[in-house]
Amino acid sequence: MNRQEKEAYLREYAQLKAQGKPFFPYAVAKDSIMAVVVMAVIITLSIVLGAELGPKADPTTTTYVPRPEWYFYFLFELLRIIKPDYLVPLATLGIPTVCLIILFLLPFIDRGPERRPERRPIATATGIFVICAMAYLTYLGANAGSPTQIEIETPAAVQQAGGKTLAQYNAGKAVVAQSGCLACHKIGENGNDGPGPPLTDIANRLPEQAIARTLINPTAPMPSFKDLPQDKFNNMVAFLSTLK
Amino acid sequence: MKLKLPAPPLPDSLKPQPRPPGEKRPGALDGAKEAGISAVDWVDERTSLSGAARWMMFRKVPKGTNWFYTLGSAAMFAFLNQAVTGVFLAMYYDPSPTNAYESARYITNEAFLGEFVRGMHKWGSSVMVILVFLHMGRTFFFGAYKYPRELNWVIGGVLLVLTMLMSFTGYLLPFDQRSYWATIVGVNINGTGPLVGPYLNDFLLAGPEFSATTLSRFYAIHMLLVPGLIAAMIGAHLYLVAKLGTTAPPWLKAESDPELRKEPK
Repeated sequence: MNRQEKEAYLREYAQLKAQGKPFFPYAVAKDSIMAVVVMAVIITLSIVLGAELGPKADPTTTTYVPRPEWYFYFLFELLRIIKPDYLVPLATLGIPTVCLIILFLLPFIDRGPERRPERRPIATATGIFVICAMAYLTYLGANAGSPTQIEIETPAAVQQAGGKTLAQYNAGKAVVAQSGCLACHKIGENGNDGPGPPLTDIANRLPEQAIARTLINPTAPMPSFKDLPQDKFNNMVAFLSTLK
Repeated sequence: MKLKLPAPPLPDSLKPQPRPPGEKRPGALDGAKEAGISAVDWVDERTSLSGAARWMMFRKVPKGTNWFYTLGSAAMFAFLNQAVTGVFLAMYYDPSPTNAYESARYITNEAFLGEFVRGMHKWGSSVMVILVFLHMGRTFFFGAYKYPRELNWVIGGVLLVLTMLMSFTGYLLPFDQRSYWATIVGVNINGTGPLVGPYLNDFLLAGPEFSATTLSRFYAIHMLLVPGLIAAMIGAHLYLVAKLGTTAPPWLKAESDPELRKEPK
């Protein structure tokens, strides 16, 4: 904005202001109505949803999956989408920091005199894009499965067999997910790469019998699964032996 | 304006008589009015606040101001709700790792209206974040961050960051599983930052790792440091709003007075 544009704006604004109404009581009345609405919403939320208190903090648990306050979901999801290790700092700090710097510098980047949203197509489109992106990431974050779920495609053979085989496959997947295998093994895109070997194609390397034997009598530090109920154990072996 | 009611059909002798001309007798109400005025005068003589109040309250708001313009004050109102409910929670809360969970449980289950006030604090934070974002969206789409209000946009950005920081530090205080582990994750994310990351972690955790003093550190940040900063920033934000005036909707043009456009005869 050059000096002329600045002066033109100030002149225009002084006129608009002269034609306006005093802050008290006109704007104050609107603000007060809004304050009552805000208060009513907060009270309603408090009564309807209450304030839950989970179990006491226990630093020794290893299975708890923390979730942030819902308005951090978009950051949380960004972290989940960006998987490779060397890109993680980009998700945790790079993108949010750059966005924040751009946010602060906005009035120094966009210096044009135009204020109408439809005549600032770049700014308006960017704003709408950012809102949509944040809303989409928040939605994904809200519906994200916890690390105690495995997201992989069911093999075609299992899908065709259907019925009992499919049920056993799904049950086995749930058992594997909830047994903490993912803390040390990788299955497809899920879990940690190490210290255990990846299980993505375990059935290529080990026959079903060998998988069962390893689960009962593993090499340390892997825990033994011999105390698992028989049906859960069978489901687990059935699931693992489909991983090719 | 005085309200005029039709006179009741009373016989002449019962009709109220007009007061005889001359000095008006002071009633009880006049005495109270007089006392109020003199009290205000007493304060004003010592502070000269009336000028500032007049400047703040009787400034003109440009025409076309609509409901979108209430979002800022609504966000501030949500912050006030957080401050008031926070004070009541602080009356029962004990920020020590051994008692924090127990005091949160006491507030939730036993204190009179405890769960209600905690709920208002908890959900109030969501409402505040939503309102801050909506207010920012209005400012953005109306181009209200442009000259001469650039500085106010920057202060607003600081307020947004502080609001998010409030949410992050408040999450730990109930000291349940969720708050403990979410805080560990959040702090670890901070720690990966270049240069300042490890120092920021040291500051937040009050040491190299989560320890007994971490909770009181979070508590102090949550109820002293950040709210103080927010209050100061809101003060600066409002001062600039009053000084520069709120924008008019961008599509509005000033109508010049047709009298002024006439050629002088």
